Amino acid sequence: MQALTNRVKEVNRKPMSFMEKLYLPAIFKGMAITFSHIFKKKPTIQYPEQKREFSPVFRGLHVLNRDEEGRERCTACGLCAVACPAEAITMEAAERLPGEEHLYREEKYAARYEINMLRCIFCGLCEEACPKDAVYLSETFAPANYTRKGFVYGKEDLLIPNPKTDPQGLAEARGQHI
Amino acid sequence: MSEQQLFKVTIDNITIEVPAGTTILNAARKIGGDVAPPAMCYYSKLEGSGGKCRTCLVEVSKGSEKDPRPMPKLVASCRTTIMDGMEVKNITSEKVLDARAGVVEFLLINHPLDCPICDQAGECHLQDLSYEHGSESTRYEFQRRTFKKHDLGPHIQLHMTRCILCYRCVFTADQLTQKREHGVLDRGDHAEIATFIEKSLDNDFIGNVIDVCPVGALTDKTFRFKNRVWFLKPMDAHRDCPTCSGRVTLWNRGDEVYRVTARKDEWGEIEDTPEGKPGWICNTCRFEKKKTSDWIIEGPRNINRHSVIAQGHYAGKIGTNKPTETFAAVNDGRKPHLLMDIHSVSQVNKPEVKLSLIDGPAHSDAFKKNND
Repeated sequence: MQALTNRVKEVNRKPMSFMEKLYLPAIFKGMAITFSHIFKKKPTIQYPEQKREFSPVFRGLHVLNRDEEGRERCTACGLCAVACPAEAITMEAAERLPGEEHLYREEKYAARYEINMLRCIFCGLCEEACPKDAVYLSETFAPANYTRKGFVYGKEDLLIPNPKTDPQGLAEARGQHI
Repeated sequence: MSEQQLFKVTIDNITIEVPAGTTILNAARKIGGDVAPPAMCYYSKLEGSGGKCRTCLVEVSKGSEKDPRPMPKLVASCRTTIMDGMEVKNITSEKVLDARAGVVEFLLINHPLDCPICDQAGECHLQDLSYEHGSESTRYEFQRRTFKKHDLGPHIQLHMTRCILCYRCVFTADQLTQKREHGVLDRGDHAEIATFIEKSLDNDFIGNVIDVCPVGALTDKTFRFKNRVWFLKPMDAHRDCPTCSGRVTLWNRGDEVYRVTARKDEWGEIEDTPEGKPGWICNTCRFEKKKTSDWIIEGPRNINRHSVIAQGHYAGKIGTNKPTETFAAVNDGRKPHLLMDIHSVSQVNKPEVKLSLIDGPAHSDAFKKNND
């Protein structure tokens, strides 16, 4: 039969010699390889205690950003939602009332902002589309959940802790995964 | 005159015969496509409009058959009529493109560039123009001008900072309604659209200033911040209106009517009714009929596929088909064991929150009421 590739190897069908029939040398040879691995560097880590550094371009769970004064940056312009290839992002906008200036940066804001993490493919296009530096993909995963309901992330799940009222929370959130 | 005289004119090497007295812009629009110069202030349905924004500048490389000398300067095509044998260069002329880039820069000098907030984004002529002809960044280093806020009544929102002073709304109010109550006050850099003594504009056809505004200076308060135009589904619809033609475009989300506008043609101008009159619509149709039951829906509107509004928009039969649950149909009538109703989790698009029926923009209380 004609070989399909040029990597074909003929199987050696010669009868085994006396040394090969003993089997033991071959077993010791194999065990030596196994034992030598004990002294080699381990490729695994002890996960919850030890964590591996993420690549700087890692795209994980989304966060909604606030500015230095703790105001929400998102203005519900809808560019992330229109850029999203998985149609995971939905939002509803509202007008800022007088007296809410400390909460929202611009006169329009996202009253509701949701990302369906089941739909999200973590491509990062929302981050790229955002004209207000409001949405970022962080260096963390979406935690596992028993039901699908737990994967629809609202604004309260996405917003970063307020640097004015909760500086400690913000530091913790940063320290956890940086 | 028994027969109208036809003049031959060549625009960007395309020759067309048009009746004498046609402007270069209208002749170019007859050819269509990229040959038609952009126009921010000219509006074919409004008498006397044009000649203000200078975006439609073209080069006339040959004046006419009798006098073939070129015109010394670029001319505003919306105000220059054609001559027999005239040769016009629009996009084939370096000079025109350069001048247009300059005009766009000037138009944007005081523009706040708040497109993420602006309701006009997605259907804004200034956005289109600056994408095509503008530069990436500004050279302007000073504070952009701001204005004292004027309240133009319950239906129309004025954002003076976005205005480019095209005067279209002034002409609309002048020609469509009995009495005009707003105009351009002050001069030069301070010129602004305002009502004379902060009077609200309440004429039956005043809502049309929203449609003629090429930028987001005049927007619909009943639609303010409700949704982005590219998430809405434009549908042609009509109703029997005693005051106007009643032929409109509904901007739907599901079955909710978020916004009602007049039908616009490819130049962003109001379409004519079958009787040949401009299809202006009245305030009742525009601001008060926000229920599907008020309208007879004709079908989805055709949207140019280069427009962002065409994303997720399907014309024809597909556009009118409603999605149905197919699971049982393909599984011999078996129902799914687990089915998550998205409304049980999602806070967005709650069936009990009818954004389209809220009068003005939604505020935090509109959502708090239904907070669970």
